[in-house]
Formats: sequence, C-alpha cells, structure tokens
Amino acid sequence: MTAYLKLDHIDKSFARGNQVSEVLKDIRLTIDKGEFVSIIGHSGCGKSTLLNLIAGLTKVSAGAVLLEDKEVDSPGPERAVVFQNHSLLPWLTVYENINLAVSKVFGRSKSKAERHDWIMRNLDLVQMAHAKDKRPAEISGGMKQRVGIARALAMEPKILLLDEPFGALDALTRAHLQDAVMDIHSRLGSTTIMITHDVDEAVLLSDRIVMMTNGPAATIGEVLAVPLARPRRRVELSSDRTFLRCREAVLKFLYERHRFVEAAE
Amino acid sequence: MSIQTIEDTVVKAFPAKPAEVVAFTARARRRFDALAIAGKLASALVPPVIVIALMLVVWQIACSSPTSSLPPPTQVWNEAYDLIAHPFFDNGPQDIGLAWRVLISLQRVAIGFGLAAIVGVALGALVGQSIWAMRGLDPVFQILRTVPPLAWLPLSLAAFRDSSPSAIFVIFITSIWPVIINTAVGVRNIPEDYRNVSRILRLNQFEFFVKIMVPAAAPYIFTGLRIGIGLSWLAIVAAEMLTGGVGIGFFIWDAWNSSRLPDIIVALAYIGVTGFCLDRLVAAVGAFVTRGTTAK
Repeated sequence: MTAYLKLDHIDKSFARGNQVSEVLKDIRLTIDKGEFVSIIGHSGCGKSTLLNLIAGLTKVSAGAVLLEDKEVDSPGPERAVVFQNHSLLPWLTVYENINLAVSKVFGRSKSKAERHDWIMRNLDLVQMAHAKDKRPAEISGGMKQRVGIARALAMEPKILLLDEPFGALDALTRAHLQDAVMDIHSRLGSTTIMITHDVDEAVLLSDRIVMMTNGPAATIGEVLAVPLARPRRRVELSSDRTFLRCREAVLKFLYERHRFVEAAE
Repeated sequence: MSIQTIEDTVVKAFPAKPAEVVAFTARARRRFDALAIAGKLASALVPPVIVIALMLVVWQIACSSPTSSLPPPTQVWNEAYDLIAHPFFDNGPQDIGLAWRVLISLQRVAIGFGLAAIVGVALGALVGQSIWAMRGLDPVFQILRTVPPLAWLPLSLAAFRDSSPSAIFVIFITSIWPVIINTAVGVRNIPEDYRNVSRILRLNQFEFFVKIMVPAAAPYIFTGLRIGIGLSWLAIVAAEMLTGGVGIGFFIWDAWNSSRLPDIIVALAYIGVTGFCLDRLVAAVGAFVTRGTTAK
C-alpha cells in the first residue's frame, strides 16, 4: 500500500550569507488518508518549517514531499493551512474572506448559488454563520480562528495543515476549538497535520504523535500511536489509562530525553 | 441562540406595544443627537472664529496708517467686494469670477494628479514588490523628487510647446513622488501571512494586486495621495503664474502687475480654502476606503 502523504528524506537548511544553518535533517514520515497527526517539539525545533515545507510555502533543500505519489513543491489549495494568527484579511467580512478562497478554487466548477451554499455550509460547520457579515476586527480571537478553519475547509483540501492553531487562545476557548476540530475531523475524515507544543492537545486529537528532536538539524525522534477510540471526550479521558500512558510517553520524550536547551546564538 | 428565543417570547407576549416603544426611543435619541452635534459644532467653530476676528483686528490696526504698504481688511472688503460677493460672474474671457478661476485650476490639478495617482500606485507597487526594481529605480526617484516643481516648467514648456499641458505635467511630476514612495512602503509592509494566503490560493499577479496588495497598502497609498494633492495645489498656483491662462495663479500675477493688492488677498483666501477642502476630501475618501484595513 502506498502512503497518502510521504515525506521522503527531507533536509532543509537556510543560507544566510555564507553561513548555512541546517534546520531539518532526514525527515521520513508517511501519513495515511484520514489520519490525524500531530507534530510536537520544543520551540525552534523546526516544526513550523516542516509544516511550511508540506504546504509548499518553503522549498525543501533535499528530498521530496509526495502527495498521492506526486511531488509537490509549490503551495496550493489542496494543502490548506490554518495559520497561527488566523491571517484573515481585515478589509473583508467573514463571508468575503471565505468567498475569496471559494471563488478562486470553485469559480469554474460551481455556480454562484452553489458557491454561496458551500460558504454557508462551511460557516455552519464552525458555527460562525451568524457572524458572516462581521469584519475580523469585530469578532474574538477564537471566532477568527474558527473562520480561519472554515476558510481552509472550504478549499476542500486533501490535507488540512494546522500551524499551532490554538496557540494564541485562552484555555477555555482552546478546549472549545479542539472539540470543534475533533467533530469536524470525525465528520469529514479530513487528513490533518497539526503543529502543537501542547502535550494534552496532541494526545487528545491525534491518531499519531510525531515527536521532534531539538535543533539544529532536528529530525523525528519518535512516533507514538494513540490507540484511543473515537469519539473522545476530554473529561472521561482525563483519568483514562491509555490517555495517561500516552501523555507520559510524550512528556518523557520532551523533558527527559530531549530536554530543551536554550540555544546560544 | 438564547437571544433569539427571548426576543420571540417578548413579541408573542406583547404583540403591539414594542413597536411604539422602539419608535419613541429612536426619536428621543435623534433629538439628543441633534443637540450633541450642535454642541460639537459650536466647540469646533467658536475658537477659530474668535482667532480670525482677532487677526482681522490686529491686521486692521497694523495697516491703518496712510503710509502702510499693505491694505487693511476694510479696504480689501470695499475694493474687492465684487470678487468676494460674486464668485461666479462671467464678463468675457479675462474677466471672470474667482470661483471659475479656481475651477479651471482644479481641472488641471484633477488631470495631473489623477495621472500621478494611477502611475504612482503602479510604480510604487513595482518598487515595493520587486527588489531589483527598487534597487534600480529608488535612487532615481530619490534624486528627482527633490527637484522643485517650477524647475520642471521650462523643460515641459519646451517639450509640450503649450502652457496648459505644461502646467498639468508640472502637477504630475510634483505629486507623483509621495504616491510612489508611500505605495512602495505600504507594499513592502504587507504581512507575510497575506502573501502566504494568496500563494495557497494560487492568486495570479493581477488578482494579488487587486485583492491583496491595494487593500493592504491602502492606508499608505492614501497618505501618499494626501501629500500629493497638497503638493499639486502648491505647484499649480506657481505654474500658472508663469504660464498665464485663466487659472487662479495667473490671476494673482495679473493683479500684482496692475497693483490690485486687495484682489490678491481675496485670491489667497480662495486658494487656502480650496487647498484645505482638497486635503479633507482625500482624507475623507481615504478614511472611507480604508475602514477596517488597519484593525488587527
């Protein structure tokens, strides 16, 4: 069986002047269709760089990103990104922000009425239909992130890329959005890759957790499968054996074997 | 959701009354608003009126002596009454009201500044977007923008062999620099995230320009346009003094040659008020167009 998404021996280095800094080294990972994979690691380990490589926003130095056996090296709507700081265009309303994506991706294949229905369906999915005529400045951070998710989903991506999507949110809003993402994942079965630095979040949401070693030249240290049945409920899980065991495994990796050392630059 | 249900129950319980109540509060609020607006107007208008009155008094006293070289306000009022009271009279080719002259100057500004706005935004976008365009063009712009407006006039007269296009060219070349420079800064400051969004959506160059670049840089563009319109109004008066014709600038030169000092003072007031209105107009358009763009 061939993998849906394959990261094939990826290296990434940045050259600044004649100084070359190696960020990622020999990343090998395969992801199946419909899988939810989290990438966790200390800050500066290059996990956002890895996501940008998959999105095509940055080019690999060596190796390749293969989606359905085809190499991808430039960004496109089939790999939609939900950015950490939402990146909604402030001069457009919620509806118009999603419309920008929908009319670009489905401008030819869907009629105007169909596009409208599609926008509204995606807004409903994140429970933001009521705010469709508001501008980003008029809604809360959590709501903006919901709209960001709706915009990404509206592109009907093969892979949904979440770049620390809840990083800037307070704990309660974060929990709400995690539930929303779990719900959407179970309904649409979208293949999802999420960058996070929150251990609980990774265990709660993921089928597998990819743990990164510290940079420079970071690579995948371990991959942990989370054998928890879905749907998952956070309150029940908080005392679940498997949940706790997974959580402990990630914590041990992060804080014992690959303790974060303040890099002296 | 809960708000919806509350509203529903209220409507069911009191079918007729709420409408009355709503209408009443709306009317009351409007009346209150009128009062508040009057108060705001008064606080905005009274201080400048007092200052202007004081200035007129000082001016009157300073210029009242028979040996004074400049006319006092009373003399301006008496001798230039025609110009003040009838801005729109029209007695033949060179004897028209000041409002007509201002409009003719404004027409030139509109053409010159309009061209400068279009070309300036396009060039600014190029310089802001492409590092090589910036390296090549920026030094040229930086040198050319310091050339005073009137220094361009002889060259443009030689090139166009006519006064009206020359004046328009001077407007263009004066007002284009701030538009270019501010647009370029605005484009350079477009957040990387917006660029990433456009890359993921695979927007083409034109779509990116219209849908992301112009709205994102709009606050900067309008700053440039506002500086530009001020400069072009400065330049048109000077250019018209030299090129002749029927604009407000030439009127001043003409009045000086026939020693009609009161006319010049009235013309200055016209120019100042018009310049102020132009500035406010561009600022208002900018505020309208860029609403929401600066908010995070």
